[in-house]
Amino acid sequence: MIYRKIRCVVIQSRHAPVITCMFNVVDPSEANVASSPAALRARTGGKTDLSTKAQPLAMKTKYDPTDWITHMTRIRDDQDQTAFAELFQYFAPRVKAFLMRSGADATLAEECTQEVMATLWQKAHLFDASRASVATWVFTIARNRKIDALRKQRRPEPEDLDWGPEEEPDQADILSLQQESEQLGRAIAALPAKQRELIEKAYFGDLSHSEIADQTGLPLGTIKSRIRLALDRLRHAMK
Amino acid sequence: MHNVKHHLTDQLLMAYSAGTLPEAFNLIVAAHVSMCDDCRAQLASFDSVGGALLDGTDSQPVAEDCFAETMRLITSGALSPVKRPSPSAQGASVLPAPLRDYVGGDVDKVKWKPIGMGVKQAILPTSKEASARLLYIPAGTAVPDHGHRGMELTLVLQGAFVDETDRFGRGDIEIADEDLTHTPVADIGEDCICLAATDAPLRFNKLIPRIAQPFFRI
Repeated sequence: MIYRKIRCVVIQSRHAPVITCMFNVVDPSEANVASSPAALRARTGGKTDLSTKAQPLAMKTKYDPTDWITHMTRIRDDQDQTAFAELFQYFAPRVKAFLMRSGADATLAEECTQEVMATLWQKAHLFDASRASVATWVFTIARNRKIDALRKQRRPEPEDLDWGPEEEPDQADILSLQQESEQLGRAIAALPAKQRELIEKAYFGDLSHSEIADQTGLPLGTIKSRIRLALDRLRHAMK
Repeated sequence: MHNVKHHLTDQLLMAYSAGTLPEAFNLIVAAHVSMCDDCRAQLASFDSVGGALLDGTDSQPVAEDCFAETMRLITSGALSPVKRPSPSAQGASVLPAPLRDYVGGDVDKVKWKPIGMGVKQAILPTSKEASARLLYIPAGTAVPDHGHRGMELTLVLQGAFVDETDRFGRGDIEIADEDLTHTPVADIGEDCICLAATDAPLRFNKLIPRIAQPFFRI
């Protein structure tokens, strides 16, 4: 029951094409997804021709570059360096940007990025696609590295739930997670610029709320209520 | 742990997810989340906000040899071994896992120091921006009126306490700020053990005579 509850709240990132594969559905909208800016960005340096996306399921290559979950499985099961390289190409520059925005200089950010990505490889067996998207998982690893390396502190983590026997997660759970994640991505993109900036600063800037107030010249109470408002809007967008 | 009534605020959960809280607050958040499924779920959603932001952020080019260096790091064995997150003790212990890590065991390993009226405390080693301590309050004992200078979080680990606002049982967290002056009383049924975290300076040190500090900050 706990499992269910968390399933409803957890919200994730993108990559719907994965799911259409899993459920053996050829969705005509898939071509649109594939050519969305995000999908295009994901395949920079792309080894896969865009046209393969529009082909019938049977013609699909088994591993889609946008399918980070499958990449994680390949890393976990086969220590697949190609999968890791593709994932690295997408996430490492984002992790580095996150660390630099949190106050690391370029050298430290580069070093920490390597450690974050190495940890991702090392902990591949702990990744559960029904509980977190790959982007969320990378974020939590990067955040912990930030606290460790930049703030020189321990990071106490909650004790783990007993999630039951370690089986492959239910596909329906993964599907709903993907859908929620897409909605979250859209909801964040749709926020007014000022609200999005505040949330980004709260997450990436390593700024306290009073520091945010200093930067924007807004009173603390206003900032707090704006963050709450932004989160409220996020929640509604996810319903 | 299905009876938690008093939860963390969204703001605290978000700050924990973003990694911007002082260590003492991280500890009390981790301890509460270990005992509260609602906050665990809410925290997962805040982590997902972080994931979505990371996904949508501008990227910063990495060095040419970044991937090769990462592979070297992986194969060199220099990484610390993966520690599985501590599994739930299923109520078998008083302290949730993140606290057991700081204490070096369950409640029997706590090095209590008496601070008067049968009340004992143990300060936990965290970074200096905020402090965390365990408090042991004998059943039925009242803690004198006290105010709060900064933000103060109190998580009940055993027993319960009652104050002017409500009753707080195992897993409940009270969030107090400058506006709250209260007189917590430990429930009569059982000695009460709490974790308290505050960003106000610690008041108990050996230089101040005990008699001058009757209003220790729970």
